[in-house]
Amino acid sequence: MSTRKQEFGARAPSAAASAWSHVRLHVVTGKGGTGKSTVAAALALALASHGRNVLLCEVEGRQGIARMFDVDPLPYEERRIASGLPRADGLPGHVHALHIDPESALMEYLAMYYKLGRAGRALDRFGVIEFATTIAPGVRDVLLTGKVFEAVQRNSRNKGATRYDAVVLDAPPTGRIAQFLNVNGELAGLAKVGPIKSQADTVMTLFRSPRTLVHLVTVLEEMPVQETADGIAELRSVGLPIGGVVVNMVRPRDLAAADLAAARAGTLDRARVAADLESVGVAHDPALLDGLLAEAADHAERRALEDAQREVVQGLGVPIFELAREPAGIDLGSLYDLAAELREGGLG
Amino acid sequence: MASRPRSRTGPRTTGSPGTHEPPVLDVDALLDDPGTGIVVCTGSGGVGKTTTSAALALRAAERGRKVVVLTIDPARRLAQSMGIEELDNTPRPVQGVDTAAGGRLDAMMLDMKRTFDEVVLSQATPEKARQILENPFYVALSSSFAGTQEYMAMEKLGQIHRAAQADGSYDLIVVDTPPSRSALDFLDAPERLSSFLDGRFIRLLLAPARGPARMMTAGLSLVTGALTKVLGAQVLRDMQTFVTAFDTLFGGFRARAEKTFALLQNERTAFVVVAAPEPDALREAAYFVDRLSEDAMPLAGLVVNRASPSPTGALSADEAMAAASRLRDADPSSLTAGLLRLHADRSRLVEREARLRSRFTAAHPDVATTVVPALAGDVHDLEGLRQVGALLAGG
Ligand SMILES: Nc1ncnc2c1ncn2[C@@H]1O[C@H](COP(=O)(O)OP(=O)(O)OP(=O)(O)O)[C@@H](O)[C@H]1O
Ligand SMILES: Nc1ncnc2c1ncn2[C@@H]1O[C@H](COP(=O)(O)OP(=O)(O)OP(=O)(O)O)[C@@H](O)[C@H]1O
Ligand SMILES: [Mg+2]
Ligand SMILES: [Mg+2]
Repeated sequence: MSTRKQEFGARAPSAAASAWSHVRLHVVTGKGGTGKSTVAAALALALASHGRNVLLCEVEGRQGIARMFDVDPLPYEERRIASGLPRADGLPGHVHALHIDPESALMEYLAMYYKLGRAGRALDRFGVIEFATTIAPGVRDVLLTGKVFEAVQRNSRNKGATRYDAVVLDAPPTGRIAQFLNVNGELAGLAKVGPIKSQADTVMTLFRSPRTLVHLVTVLEEMPVQETADGIAELRSVGLPIGGVVVNMVRPRDLAAADLAAARAGTLDRARVAADLESVGVAHDPALLDGLLAEAADHAERRALEDAQREVVQGLGVPIFELAREPAGIDLGSLYDLAAELREGGLG
Repeated sequence: MASRPRSRTGPRTTGSPGTHEPPVLDVDALLDDPGTGIVVCTGSGGVGKTTTSAALALRAAERGRKVVVLTIDPARRLAQSMGIEELDNTPRPVQGVDTAAGGRLDAMMLDMKRTFDEVVLSQATPEKARQILENPFYVALSSSFAGTQEYMAMEKLGQIHRAAQADGSYDLIVVDTPPSRSALDFLDAPERLSSFLDGRFIRLLLAPARGPARMMTAGLSLVTGALTKVLGAQVLRDMQTFVTAFDTLFGGFRARAEKTFALLQNERTAFVVVAAPEPDALREAAYFVDRLSEDAMPLAGLVVNRASPSPTGALSADEAMAAASRLRDADPSSLTAGLLRLHADRSRLVEREARLRSRFTAAHPDVATTVVPALAGDVHDLEGLRQVGALLAGG
């Protein structure tokens, strides 16, 4: 669909976006199914140029990254999975991937910070690891965000690990994101003191800093847009920095505004369409003409709904990045197309 | 109750061998059959479970059945139009339903935490219940444990079912399922919750209370030592309080979950699996169909929702694109070029969806299917639900 690219990301990169080059952690959230994983992957590709190393993390145990990049299921281990989208100067960078699960993160955390020895193994044997990572309130999120934090802010404890120029997190959906990132607040009632608490504090400092951005993916439908608005309000209320709204799966804009209005009103010029078809040698019959006009009316109605929702998104006061709907679905090639669209829009 | 999963869809119109045309899911036959007592709509996130359950419930009611629909997180406007935006956890009559055929429709929206609280209150002494309800571990379990919502949906279904059996208030219960990544979560949740509540660590925390477990105490002090080091002592105390207070409830919870599970295997139950014509959603649907047959649960069929409407006219996508680009060369803002590109787009979508569906059917040739085209707008009122209901029923 590269022929259509000029119709989408062609706006000048927003001023806000160009001030984002120092951002180290991009968190991608959104309503379920709107394209969080797809956008996170495209963003990682877009950021990985000039030999930069970018880490793409997933935390929901879905192996979505492996599926998108067509590689074997990922272990709890960083893997290089793709070359980034090159710039005009031709130099790409690398996208690495990490699948973070709370059990492994807890074991690693214990090994890194405590010399628990026999007790560490006992924890696992007695099902404590399972208990802590499934029910102990907030602990799971502390572990997942803690590992993301560790990847952003590598220190000497993790010997020989790659230092990343940026980390992209395919995060939980909008309904859970503030709670997920606001681990500190969530823990307050529980671990009031102790190492988990101080770990949570350090993590929060990064998440609230200008080195972090939370992007929200939406499609132009009522529920996802409403959820985006609610999500932004909630994130703001806990002091987390909002990046952009990525409007995904935007329909092609093949009809001019006046034609759209006519299509909705059912007043498109049928004779003109018939003449046009003849002029390029397309055999037509009433069924084809009816079909084309009916498709136009349908499209116009959806576009009107989209436009109404776009206005709502524009009212959110956040930079907007639009990505086209790929009619043939997403494969590795179209991920690079989406990455290019993001970059043209100024993200990455 | 090991009835074999079957398709309860009336006469089957089997496609000719070799083609991948599935049998048609006859929705009206399903809804009209007095033998259908429970319809469960499942599927992965965002595919249209809530819409489908509400549309099925409305259609059944308007065809004469006494229906209650249990919805989970409906879109705000849909909830308003059904009069269920109040979360009071009991079914309310829906206004504007055509009752000429003698049916009626009640609806409710599930309040997961409240359902959980009510179970605790009904099972424990007031003193103990209060202890549990205030414990931070309980709060987490009842509001954010993955699986609690599914578990509570089942619990509520069990409650409504028992009440309906007792007083004949409903003869059909339609159940929506929570938005989860995987439709399997709905079936796995009760097991997950009870095996969690029955887990090693919980037993360990209870061990001193439950008698001779001396050989575990050495391990226990190691573990508690380590936990105190990482989490702090307060957390451990909260944990212990929770587990001890909850102890007496475990048995009750497990028994209830087992009962509801059996209800789902009953032949009066019909599962309707909803999917979007997308690879992920259809893959989930396939897993779910297989799982239903493993668990001996009755599958009614598959709803492929929000399908792209087929374009009319015999013009292929490539021809349309070629013609469009010629027209655009002459006039960059050509209306006809735009129409042709829309047509090409839609043809490609429809082709892709057909390919995805036939892949599903190849592996699951017996699953009765109905295809609901995407409406141009959202479905947020009874009129929209009626329209979806009619489309579900094949027109
Ligand atoms: N721009 C696009 N054009 C076409 N298809 C898209 C586009 N973006 C995403 N998709 C498709 O939409 C589906 C959902 O996308 P994705 O898995 O990225 O969403 P998600 O928000 O991560 O979902 P989940 O909440 O399940 O994690 C996928 O099949 C994906 O290939
Ligand atoms: N056939 C259809 N045509 C057009 N829009 C539809 C159709 N079916 C559902 N929708 C719309 O799609 C959106 C999602 O539907 P719905 O809420 O029923 O999905 P769900 O599976 O219950 O989602 P969740 O997993 O989040 O609970 C709603 O806005 C609904 O109005
Ligand atoms: Mg995802
Ligand atoms: Mg729903």
